[in-house]
Amino acid sequence: MEDKLILGGHEFGSRFILGSGKYSLNLIEAAVRDAGAEIITLAVRRANTKEQENILDYIPKGVTLLPNTSGARTAQEAIRIARLAREIGCGDFVKIEIMRDTKYLLPDNNETIKATGILANEGFVVLPYMYPDLYAARDLVNAGAAAVMPLAAPIGSNKGLATRDFIQILVDEIDLPVIVDAGIGRPSQACEAMEMGAAAIMANTALATAGDLPMMAAAFKNAVEAGRKAYLSGLGRVLTRGASASDPLTGFLRD
Amino acid sequence: MDNRFFVDGKHLSPSALEKKHRLETDPASRTDHMEYMDGMEQINSDIMEKVLSEMDNYDHSRYTAKDVNAALEHETCTIEDFKALLSPAAQPFLEQMAQRARQTTSKHFGNTVYLFTPLYIANYCENYCVYCGFNCYNNINRMKLDMAQIEREMQIIQRSGMEEILILTGESRSQSNIEYIGEACKLARKYFRMVGLEIYPVNVDEYKYLHKCGADYVTVFQETYNSDRYSELHLLGHKRVYPYRFDAQERAILGGMRGVAFSALLGLSDFRKDALASALHVYFLQRKYPHAEMSLSCPRLRPIINNDKINPLDVHETQLCQIICAYRIFLPFVGITVSSRESESFRNGIVKIAATKVSAGVSTGIGDHESKYNGKESDGTEGDEQFEINDARPLDVMYKDIAAEGLQPVLNDYIYM
Repeated sequence: MEDKLILGGHEFGSRFILGSGKYSLNLIEAAVRDAGAEIITLAVRRANTKEQENILDYIPKGVTLLPNTSGARTAQEAIRIARLAREIGCGDFVKIEIMRDTKYLLPDNNETIKATGILANEGFVVLPYMYPDLYAARDLVNAGAAAVMPLAAPIGSNKGLATRDFIQILVDEIDLPVIVDAGIGRPSQACEAMEMGAAAIMANTALATAGDLPMMAAAFKNAVEAGRKAYLSGLGRVLTRGASASDPLTGFLRD
Repeated sequence: MDNRFFVDGKHLSPSALEKKHRLETDPASRTDHMEYMDGMEQINSDIMEKVLSEMDNYDHSRYTAKDVNAALEHETCTIEDFKALLSPAAQPFLEQMAQRARQTTSKHFGNTVYLFTPLYIANYCENYCVYCGFNCYNNINRMKLDMAQIEREMQIIQRSGMEEILILTGESRSQSNIEYIGEACKLARKYFRMVGLEIYPVNVDEYKYLHKCGADYVTVFQETYNSDRYSELHLLGHKRVYPYRFDAQERAILGGMRGVAFSALLGLSDFRKDALASALHVYFLQRKYPHAEMSLSCPRLRPIINNDKINPLDVHETQLCQIICAYRIFLPFVGITVSSRESESFRNGIVKIAATKVSAGVSTGIGDHESKYNGKESDGTEGDEQFEINDARPLDVMYKDIAAEGLQPVLNDYIYM
């Protein structure tokens, strides 16, 4: 059976979602190609433009656009930006990002849940960026999200799976795809998240700050695929403490 | 006080001259600069007290190379670390600071650089700020654009491709009242994605009105945070009131503005203390209003019409670079704007380290975009400049130059809510 990522009824072969906001437009095409990405995010506030260089013109055909609502501080603002994205031809996918803190850019789960419910009702495929909290994730499921996107670490920090244990809980308890977003700084961290059972990885800064962006894109592609295969194959048992005794300690029991 | 700022225009009447000289020489002839004037709103805020107590206690000669090393090793830059990075002891570490700053900038902003242009719509001013070309005693061509002229300027700027505009006026409530500025904002919304304001400080309800008219970012320069020095430089007018100006950004946030910008004019006073206070003004306000966007500018003194002696004194490019790197390390998330007061080579270099926004196609005069950037012959009806700019690159050249540095110029990253 083919291993597909399914979001709101749409199938994707790649499990690597590419951010586009932090690097040069002329690198987008190479990044998409070398990362094998089929989904690319873009900030509506940057796409909504008359610029001589429109970011939309750089996105290769056949790639699904995932407009995000960055800049929104409330559910209401996120909803307005999502509707605008649809109007300017960005399709029905939307990544909800709502931040009320300009320093850390941490997502506001409460506002995100509100926006998710309303936009899902309007037929959007809603992918909410969230802080990995189990209750919030359940509320997002009930609100009609197509996936949940917990952060691994503060955005842009390249710190890796700082919220590892909480993401694992979401993977274990939530029936929707769990897409790890923000903070993934290295391919090895992406690989680890995939081994844990994440459905996909999203990254931007890790590529933008690399010396050779297309090469790093290829490295992420391989890492995500390796992690996915490891997860599907069923990881072997890893003993964390000492060895197991060859003679069972309970061998003396007779019935 | 040094008198390099004082210039007597021949146009002044004997009584005006007498008043000017009295203000310059006799402190008792000036009003109390800490006293609010009629109509100035007082908000309940402890930010000024916090900033000033840190600044007053800052002795930058106390810091050593050891403190600077420690600051560079810490993952989070504390206020103490920041003080070390601003001190003379940090100057030999400038390259390391730049490396750290560059890394921090790229984590938060990637390789994007935003572009904007200022549009001066009037240069009438009721203040006597001794270093400023617009000051009320300076003999310059005064002008205020009407709405048709403003629209014409906006069309010219829009045709260059610009999407963000900063509307400026001299500080005269009577010549450039709130309604006049509000109408200019409404016009700007037709032509630009993002409209910022740099005007005299106003009350919360007035900021609310201007926000409704389409403005969403307010810039106010405190000039110097040293209140005694402030009182020696701002001798007359509303601007003389130090605390009302200090709280302007907070009132703008309370009025619903998305973001606010801050600055000292480096060279007016002890620049290390002024840089400390500027950044702490941002720091404390951000803790109180975490949703608000904040940015810092870092202008140095420039020559003005009728006084070419004005210069940034001991703030050379090296010191300016040190300040900007320290700002970035201490406040990784803030925008940093470097204006056309600086040279082309400095601006090309600093966008690779820490600056996230630069201006292009700049004029600090009134109604002269066409003659300055479109080759139209001046008809002599323009208003004079606030100061001499250094980098006069038009947008298309700036765009190409930034791209040539391997960076991505961005003209718009904004939605008005």
